[in-house]
Amino acid sequence: MKNIVLKGALAASALVLLANAASAATLDDVKKKGFLQCGVNTGLAGFASPNDKGEWSGFDVDYCRAVAAAIFGDGTKVKFTPLSAKDRLPALQSGEIDVLIRNTTWTLSRDEQGFDFPGVNYYDGQGFMINSKKLSGINSALQLSGASVCVQAGTTTELNLADYFKANKMEYNPVVFEKLEEVNAAYDSGRCDAYTTDQSGLYSIRLTLSAPDDHVVLPEIISKEPLGPAVRQGDSQWADVVRWTHYALLTAEELGITKANVEELSKGDSPEVKRVLGQEAGTKLGTDLGLTNDWVVNIIKAVGNYGEIFDKNIGAGSPLKIARGINAQWSKGGLQYAMPIR
Amino acid sequence: MVDSNLSFVRSEMLQEQTPPLAERGAVKWMRTNLFATPVDTALTIFALLLIAWFLPPMIRWLFIEAVWTGPDRSVCSTVAQGGIQPDGWSGACWAYVNANFNQFMYGRYPIEEHWRVNLVGIMFVLLLIPLLIPKVPYKVANAVTFFFIFPIVAFFLLVGGWFGLSYVETPLWGGLLVTLVISFVGICVSLPLGIVLALGRRSKMPIIKMFCVIFIETIRGIPLITVLFMASYMLPLFLPPGVTFDKLLRALIGVALFASAYMAEVVRGGLQAIPKGQYEGADSLGLGYWQKTRLIILPQALKLVIPSIVNTFIGLFKDTSLVTIISMFDLLGTVRQHFSDANWASPQTPMSGLIFAGFVFWIFCFGMSRYSIFMENRLDTGHKR
Repeated sequence: MKNIVLKGALAASALVLLANAASAATLDDVKKKGFLQCGVNTGLAGFASPNDKGEWSGFDVDYCRAVAAAIFGDGTKVKFTPLSAKDRLPALQSGEIDVLIRNTTWTLSRDEQGFDFPGVNYYDGQGFMINSKKLSGINSALQLSGASVCVQAGTTTELNLADYFKANKMEYNPVVFEKLEEVNAAYDSGRCDAYTTDQSGLYSIRLTLSAPDDHVVLPEIISKEPLGPAVRQGDSQWADVVRWTHYALLTAEELGITKANVEELSKGDSPEVKRVLGQEAGTKLGTDLGLTNDWVVNIIKAVGNYGEIFDKNIGAGSPLKIARGINAQWSKGGLQYAMPIR
Repeated sequence: MVDSNLSFVRSEMLQEQTPPLAERGAVKWMRTNLFATPVDTALTIFALLLIAWFLPPMIRWLFIEAVWTGPDRSVCSTVAQGGIQPDGWSGACWAYVNANFNQFMYGRYPIEEHWRVNLVGIMFVLLLIPLLIPKVPYKVANAVTFFFIFPIVAFFLLVGGWFGLSYVETPLWGGLLVTLVISFVGICVSLPLGIVLALGRRSKMPIIKMFCVIFIETIRGIPLITVLFMASYMLPLFLPPGVTFDKLLRALIGVALFASAYMAEVVRGGLQAIPKGQYEGADSLGLGYWQKTRLIILPQALKLVIPSIVNTFIGLFKDTSLVTIISMFDLLGTVRQHFSDANWASPQTPMSGLIFAGFVFWIFCFGMSRYSIFMENRLDTGHKR
């Protein structure tokens, strides 16, 4: 009953909000306001979490800063709105936030419901983690028949899990909890054989287990979760700003432009680097986008390139130590491929 | 009796003797309270064993093995977990609470503006304490300051934007600050509004009565989560486009209305417990409705229901945690939000954080509860059964 009321309220609000969604020219609005309002996760290790000084940090948070730097030349002109999974899309639709960078999966239905996804900043997928000491010999999710699986309630994860076991004609026993800490505690105390959620999540959960080294993440990915920034549909200029910010971060990594050497390289003589950094004579790449020509320089100065952001927040330089995997550059066997900036 | 020469009659008074060992002190207390019957004895031994079983490990975990300060997760995790503690170590991670203490108290309220929150807190305590101690004079002036002037001053101080204070938007508020703001407003609004609704429900005027019944029954029939959700998502729909209400304000309205409906029923219980003779007696003295209510009925009715009123307050105080579902972070919400900080993620962190939050909630609720017992005893007129 409660759920019906909630859903009704949401649907009704979504409808009305659609009717009076914010005006089309988001870029102008943002410039007029003087800051970017960015929707982030209420707390997801490595992606968006407030630290002990109350400053936001994380992979998605740095993307917000990058967009702000592209517009204002200053990565601090951004305000964060922490959003739960339920309110994130209504908040974007109502204009409460300008861009949603909250590990949101790009799906057809979301794309159709009035949102646009300018890119994929992190390719994720649902996986399994098991205690390799307890279940030695298991090295594939297909061997999990009859296992009890810890999963968080009300997520797409739960549905993917059911689909996967049904498709492979395996039995399983779901152990479902509402809160993340409850699932973690249940898994850590051995109430279930396996834990399933997005792979990036599995790595952060491993940090909170009593014997992290005993636990392994199985290779199978049972769902595709392309996570990326989302904007309101029908404002292609704004979508372009977010999209090309993403590509600028990737291109910078490809060309070896880092936070440390961007200043120096912009005075160098590699034609490609000069073009990307807006140093080519008579360039209009930045102004055509509605930004300044040194927008890429500003982005990299504020947050560094894609590789640096990845490494600092979720990669080797962070407690999470997630491998680049499919998020590596296309030239290194990954899926991250930037369209040329020219 | 006076001049007795009989040798078998005592001529002086006997000194008072101490009772036998078994009838005094700790032994007597234990014999009556712990070992009175075989069943009692068995239960006592069982309870002692239970305490002996879980108390030492608890103390070990909470205090002896606990880590009090440290820069990051390494102090709270074992070598296998990537930290510095020996394997098999388990203890509370107070370092996590310590490092995030400001966050738990103020949320993301700007650090250089914390003095404003502290000032409001000091004013709150300085005004509240004399109000709570019956002997202190100037109760009316104190109450007016506390309930009318203080909220206005606190509003200007906390929100800012005037008198050279920088503006601090409410999404930055969090932690204990939000918990206290919501419960203070909830408590201060719900009691008067609840009394009005309770009187309205017992009124003989049909429209007022109907309105009050509909209000109370509607709000009581909906879970608080839904009220908050409605306040957060439905309320904007009734407003013209472009007009937005502050999220905190919406939550405040939702919580206050919700608590009022419960309070109304509590007060109505008190009104119904007053014997009819009191109403008729007041009438026969020639008192009007408001005089009767104010001087005769309400003082007795409210006194009767003090335990239930405080019960509602305590419930309200704890219910403030539900605002997390509309992305506002009260004390519990902030503590939980910080679990996701990868620099502090360790097996001990969640438990330590939750125990800290529970302890803070307990201090406030226990305080309210003790004060209500004190008030009950003070107002006791010997009618207690």
